Amino acid sequence: MNAAMLRLIALRLALGALTLFIVAALVFTATELLPGDVAEALLGQSATPAAVAGLRAALHLDQPSWWRFCLWLGGLLGGDPGVSLVNRLPVVVLIGNRLPNSLKLASITASVTVPLALLLGITTAMWRGSRYDRMVGMAIIGIVSVPEFLIASLAVLVFAVKLRWLPALAFRAGPQDFWAMMRLLAIPVGTLALVGIGQMSRMTRAALVTVLESSYVEMARLKGAGPLRIVLIHALPNALGPIVNAIALSTSFLLGGVIIVETIFNYPGLAKLMVDAVSTRDLPLVQACAMLFCAAYLALVLVADVVAILSNPRLRQR
Amino acid sequence: MSAPSPNAHVSVSGLRVTVGGGAAIVDDVGFEIARGEVLALIGESGSGKTTIALAMLGYARAGCRIAGGRVQVGDTDVLGLSAAGLADLRGRRVAYIPQSAAAAFNPAQRLMTQVTESARIHGLLDRAAAERKAVGLFRALALPDPEGVGERFPHQVSGGQLQRITAAMALITDPDLVILDEPTTALDVTTQIEVLRAFRTVVRELHTTAIYVSHDLAVVAQMADRIIVLKGGRMQEEAPTQRLLDAPAHPYTRELLAAFAPSPRRMEAPVAAPALLEVNGLVAGYGPQARDGAPMVPVLHDVGFAIPAGSVLGVIGESGCGKSTLARVIAGLLPAARGTVKLRGENLPARVADRSRDQLRRVQIVFQSADTALNPARTVRHILARPLKFYHGLDGDAARRRVDALLDMVRLPATLADRPPGALSGGQKQRVNFARALAAEPELILCDEVTSALDAVVGAAVLDLLAELKRELGLSYLFISHDLSTVRAICDQVLILYFGHRMEYAQSGAMLQRPMHPYSDLLIASVPELRTGWLDSVGPTREATPSRHRTACVFFPRCPVSIAGLCDTTPPPPRPLSKGAEILCHRDEASLLAVQDAMKEMP
Repeated sequence: MNAAMLRLIALRLALGALTLFIVAALVFTATELLPGDVAEALLGQSATPAAVAGLRAALHLDQPSWWRFCLWLGGLLGGDPGVSLVNRLPVVVLIGNRLPNSLKLASITASVTVPLALLLGITTAMWRGSRYDRMVGMAIIGIVSVPEFLIASLAVLVFAVKLRWLPALAFRAGPQDFWAMMRLLAIPVGTLALVGIGQMSRMTRAALVTVLESSYVEMARLKGAGPLRIVLIHALPNALGPIVNAIALSTSFLLGGVIIVETIFNYPGLAKLMVDAVSTRDLPLVQACAMLFCAAYLALVLVADVVAILSNPRLRQR
Repeated sequence: MSAPSPNAHVSVSGLRVTVGGGAAIVDDVGFEIARGEVLALIGESGSGKTTIALAMLGYARAGCRIAGGRVQVGDTDVLGLSAAGLADLRGRRVAYIPQSAAAAFNPAQRLMTQVTESARIHGLLDRAAAERKAVGLFRALALPDPEGVGERFPHQVSGGQLQRITAAMALITDPDLVILDEPTTALDVTTQIEVLRAFRTVVRELHTTAIYVSHDLAVVAQMADRIIVLKGGRMQEEAPTQRLLDAPAHPYTRELLAAFAPSPRRMEAPVAAPALLEVNGLVAGYGPQARDGAPMVPVLHDVGFAIPAGSVLGVIGESGCGKSTLARVIAGLLPAARGTVKLRGENLPARVADRSRDQLRRVQIVFQSADTALNPARTVRHILARPLKFYHGLDGDAARRRVDALLDMVRLPATLADRPPGALSGGQKQRVNFARALAAEPELILCDEVTSALDAVVGAAVLDLLAELKRELGLSYLFISHDLSTVRAICDQVLILYFGHRMEYAQSGAMLQRPMHPYSDLLIASVPELRTGWLDSVGPTREATPSRHRTACVFFPRCPVSIAGLCDTTPPPPRPLSKGAEILCHRDEASLLAVQDAMKEMP
């Protein structure tokens, strides 16, 4: 870690902040453009004009939109993204209830996906062109091309309905032991992992194959290095950049984009919270969720870039 | 094949290597090497020399297969070994020194780790002992800072040093046989000398048995006891080095020897031709500009010259001297920070975007690698038709006829027009690359190392073509090369660059005439000569390092005849010489002549 590295991280953080600001403006504009009026929607059809006007004033809806944007941004920076329009609960509380669930699902899925994807990617790269490589490749492309909801529904049909091995729901309130939780999450995690493994292992394989065909790998072979040494010591460190980026992209997708799985298994995560918020026009909540997903994405990509730079001595040591 | 003689250390017989469909790229190759002997395999690209050398390790590149024959190292039958047996042999008993050290080192590991790796894989030495041995080898290879160089990463070490470190990497296990695969081909001639010297010292001291693979007879003459000449995967001639040079028996060997010294293709340029291109006080470089307009990383310093219409200016220098940057500046790809470029007296804007279409048309550039300059997804016709449309608005039948004419001009059959570049040979691709420049009907063509990637015989044919086109079309060239003999063969004037400074600017005929700039002397003396013992007769070349003081002569750290107290403090003045050249040097004509004659007298 030298000064150049720290400067780069500082620059990336600043750029990340700028990106977040632009996203905030875009999200705010987009929600402004949503048709309909929140106050009317909240009060229902029997609302009197006076009541609607009162509610609009209370929600600052009578203010110009740039002023509401400033109010909202100020609140966001102070850690208060506002109050839900629907149930009058602070957005922080709503998100705080759901975030642990999402993090739990994401971390369990990632801890299954990453090692498996690396293993598949490395082995297919080592034996590229073999029957094993072709079979794995075909299976992965087959799985990636099937939509998630179909995989999830089939898994429920087979494992929960026919075989009755696993529960069809993914969430049960109250304390439970580790194995009970694992049983609950098995199908959703499996569904998510299948897609993630596909992308990550193909990226790992592609990055490794490029490196395995380089002169220095041939040189290592001619020094008498065995296949495992060649892959783990000579090839993998040089393929780390693209691999960590693939992992970061797949993982950020786990945090925000798992709506289909959350819906099918009725799992109380963030994605479902956000979709519900869109359907009820709960704008503060939608905005806060969007900002959270964006920040998580930027953080993961930053970590991936830093790892890629640290793994390359040319960039690490000037 | 005769039975192996009892004192043969390595013996090969009936070796056959095939590619995909079963076609043999190496066939019926057999030879023996005695312990401590150095055998050279020589031939052009595609002659199978590297393939044979790799077979000594029981290794064939992707798509190739060792289909038959016998390779015996000591008492081991290499081709009969299992995968584990091969891993045991490689790096320990047979070691490999690759062509490009820069590509052969893992960029993510320190050099010491990689040098000692084979000793550690094979369990010969523990880490500390291996590192001690590596430092000893670094010292024997005359590397600067032998104690510390192992701690660096490959990108922190110069090309010549890196190549010497590959020798340490091969020799760490005291192998029975060392394969040197064109280990100096990618280096400058000046660097090559030091690397060759280091290799030969360790090979002699350690009494190493070696196979030296090269396309360069002159280099091989310094290294090998015996030479095998290869063509198309078959042996043409095998003889002791001296005899092969003195009395080549095979016609192909004689052809190779003849291609070594290219004949001049120059004609006297019209004396009073007006200047086509005039360059004055050019300063250019990379990085942000300082307040005075100078670039952060200057590459060219105050370079000026003139190319008379219909003549050829050669630009030579080692890698990194600014040759290609000069072409890029003239083409407008890199705007100059200062200085002017005039074409027929008319100022050319610095940036390519500011030049008129006609100005663009009149100056064309041909890049070194036709492989990357030609779009692999387009046919030759398409590639050539684009400049015709862009500059001349030619379409349809007119363009078609013109493409055929252009192909005819570069001596290619019109039937090639509908092929993609991938279906052409290296020489053919370079001709298409050249035809693309001709399509614009330029007055000046900037040729950036256009023959460097080609075999000697193919390169010579491309040079012939350049000379013919110059005569027929009245073209002028700026001909960039690192190869002195190529430049002498085609150029009327020569400009020698060192770290972006114009060290000497002379008529091509006067270049070899003493007195000359000390750097010209060094460059000329560094070109390998086709005789054994040449390597012993050249002095040290030292590594190219720019001088530390801003005002010193840039060549001072390397100059064998520098004057302390003057050359390291004061920039050298331009000095005209009576042979019709101008040099940057503090020494005057008489004093240069005296020291250079004295140095030639020395053994």
